[in-house]
Amino acid sequence: MTEKLQSAFKKLTGKGKLSENDVKEAMRDVRMALLEADVNYAVVKEFVNKVTEKAIGQGVLESLTPGQQVIKIVNEQLIELMGSSQSKIKWASAPPTVIMMVGLQGSGKTTTSAKLAGYLAKQGKNPLLVACDIYRPAAVKQLQIVGQKVNIPVFSLEAADPVAISRQGLEYAKKHSNDVVILDTAGRLHIDDEMMLELENIKASVHPDEILLVVDAMTGQDAVNVAKNFNERLVIDGVVLTKLDGDTRGGAALSVKAVTGKPIKFVGMGEKLDDLEPFHPDRIASRILGMGDVLTLIEKAQAAVDEKKAMELENKLRNQQFTLEDFLDQLHEIKKMGPLSQIMDMLPGINSKKMGNVQVDDKELGRIEAIINSMTKQERLEPAIINGSRRRRIAKGSGTTIQEVNRLLKQFEETKRLMRQFTSMEKSGRRGMLKLPF
Amino acid sequence: MGIFDKLKSGLAKTRDNFSSRVNGLINSSRIIDEEFYDQLEELLILADVGAKAAESIINDIKKQVRQQKLKAPEQVRTLLKDELERVLSKNAASKDMDLYPRIILVVGVNGVGKTTTIGKLAYKFKQDSKRVLLAAADTFRAAATEQLEIWSERAGVDIVKHEEGSDPAAVVFDAIQSAKAKKADIIICDTAGRLHNKKNLMEELKKINRVIEREYPEAYKEVLLVLDATTGQNAISQARVFKEAVDINGIALTKLDGTAKGGVVIAIADELSVPVKYIGVGEGIDDLQDFEPQNFVSALLDID
Ligand SMILES: Nc1nc2c(ncn2[C@@H]2O[C@H](COP(=O)(O)OP(=O)(O)OP(=O)(O)O)[C@@H](O)[C@H]2O)c(=O)[nH]1
Ligand SMILES: [Mg+2]
Repeated sequence: MTEKLQSAFKKLTGKGKLSENDVKEAMRDVRMALLEADVNYAVVKEFVNKVTEKAIGQGVLESLTPGQQVIKIVNEQLIELMGSSQSKIKWASAPPTVIMMVGLQGSGKTTTSAKLAGYLAKQGKNPLLVACDIYRPAAVKQLQIVGQKVNIPVFSLEAADPVAISRQGLEYAKKHSNDVVILDTAGRLHIDDEMMLELENIKASVHPDEILLVVDAMTGQDAVNVAKNFNERLVIDGVVLTKLDGDTRGGAALSVKAVTGKPIKFVGMGEKLDDLEPFHPDRIASRILGMGDVLTLIEKAQAAVDEKKAMELENKLRNQQFTLEDFLDQLHEIKKMGPLSQIMDMLPGINSKKMGNVQVDDKELGRIEAIINSMTKQERLEPAIINGSRRRRIAKGSGTTIQEVNRLLKQFEETKRLMRQFTSMEKSGRRGMLKLPF
Repeated sequence: MGIFDKLKSGLAKTRDNFSSRVNGLINSSRIIDEEFYDQLEELLILADVGAKAAESIINDIKKQVRQQKLKAPEQVRTLLKDELERVLSKNAASKDMDLYPRIILVVGVNGVGKTTTIGKLAYKFKQDSKRVLLAAADTFRAAATEQLEIWSERAGVDIVKHEEGSDPAAVVFDAIQSAKAKKADIIICDTAGRLHNKKNLMEELKKINRVIEREYPEAYKEVLLVLDATTGQNAISQARVFKEAVDINGIALTKLDGTAKGGVVIAIADELSVPVKYIGVGEGIDDLQDFEPQNFVSALLDID
């Protein structure tokens, strides 16, 4: 509870414009968050510089602290960088549309090819899968099996090279009125010249309408080298990000977007063949920042906090006149932000363990309210007078126990103490404890 | 989108410049200052060591530089190399571990190179005149068994397999009975790729592990986690969760023939005390090497 209140109070302190210091401080944490999410070092550097410049001098919204305001700007910039949701395929003016899937070994091309075929079939297309991976043992067999599962025909040829296979696959599609051809190529290293040349030859031979780079969402710093090489040699049209059903923060998405400028079109969300989804830039942005739904929380806080009350409270805090009545008011403010458990979940770095014995659930909030409501005005203003018999009366009146009343009074004192510390820290001009962003 | 253009030109240089970066850095730096440390940190981060780990490594280095009153960047290079090698040598398996019968359970997330590594391992043990048996316990992925079967033929070893969709633990059970009957020296079990955050799939793995412990207590058991060197910081989470589930005791780091450095294993060796045993350096049957901390660190830092 105390931690919760603490954060609720912190947002009372931000006013005016973002100073260079505010921004720099918050950006240090942003930089670390991005790097730990595997965004490429150079991409992070550029991004941080850009956003720092942009943020300095911007107004701080009434209800936010400078730290929160910076995060808000960072998030907006990230979403902008990630591009809009563009899960569209460029259709050929004369069918069939040829889609070529490329990428490193193990990135998920075969599964994604089948998923995409199934996805397009649901949109009324009549796709053909073409097995161009003649290298990996049983790769053709794998495509045949997954093709069968999504009910899509698979074209393959024994003893032929991938260029010939793709060309004949295209012919086959024309004859069988398949309006989409998806080429599943072998995984290869971006620095394997011979294998990259093979892709260039396929491209020259069948002129794909879409070349999609399949990237594992768990990829680290090397994502930029991979994306850059594939894009330079083939000029890709878009990216599919796979294995996002894992717990990776997915910083590779930003790296790949930054070096190629090409949109992320789809994301793979599981091993099942219908686990292919359109890309949502906002989701990946907050995932990369690793702040749960902290941004939603910022928005909610912005909407919920009554500015005038906040000012009053701040004054009281400074004059150390914080009473149980104010405590109750604060609880109401917090309550407006939504169910507490949900709010707690949205806070990064706050886990129930850290909250220790201060369990906050909505039921308890209700009981606290009842307890305070059972107090006389004087008791609320001057909790020190609440002796044993008063406690008994309050417990009875609120339908709680004396222990609960005691606990509340203790929590209140603790909150007060914490807030005193907090305000004196503010006065001394140090924004201590303002680690990102609460 | 000005930011992209700038980035692109910036990154164009990154890769080309990366080799001998440390050398360049050390040779070009006259003194050990903050900028020098920043550049060192950048190098580590670019190698996927991780921002937090890189920070703490640099802090250690700084401390030692102070204590030993070092002045020359050259000395820092040695210091850094030693430090990384020390971490990576921690808990390294003793080389002469020659315990048979043996069973190796190979686990990892999707597409990291489990099946390929098994093919290479089978070949390696076969070269050592060991009787090897493969267990095709990836009964989930399409054509996984066929893939392993081709590797078994390439390596010239036997394989135990069931149908797609059957119980993987049953495959392992059969393999153990077969190994006992045929007096095989070593069983290597392929498993389906699984993301470590999928509870039910991790339970399935535990079940396989229990079958091994129950049916083959006399065998020396190894659980090998395959990590893709291209993977970033998520590899730490992978190692942690797989370790909790099936107590991995070694890592095979694959795809080091690319440009990725696999620096994340440093954090894993440090935090989780799981040593790297093998590295994969290609798709060929003999593209598997024993892990050598010295060589790895040299490659990581591009020094010789
Ligand atoms: N370049 C390179 N490719 C590798 C290496 N190891 C594996 N591969 C390739 O990576 C791809 C995936 O390898 P698999 O062995 O099928 O991976 P897996 O972990 O068994 O995959 P699933 O069973 O689908 O989870 C294949 O194309 C392999 O040839 C390596 O060391 N270097
Ligand atoms: Mg496999």
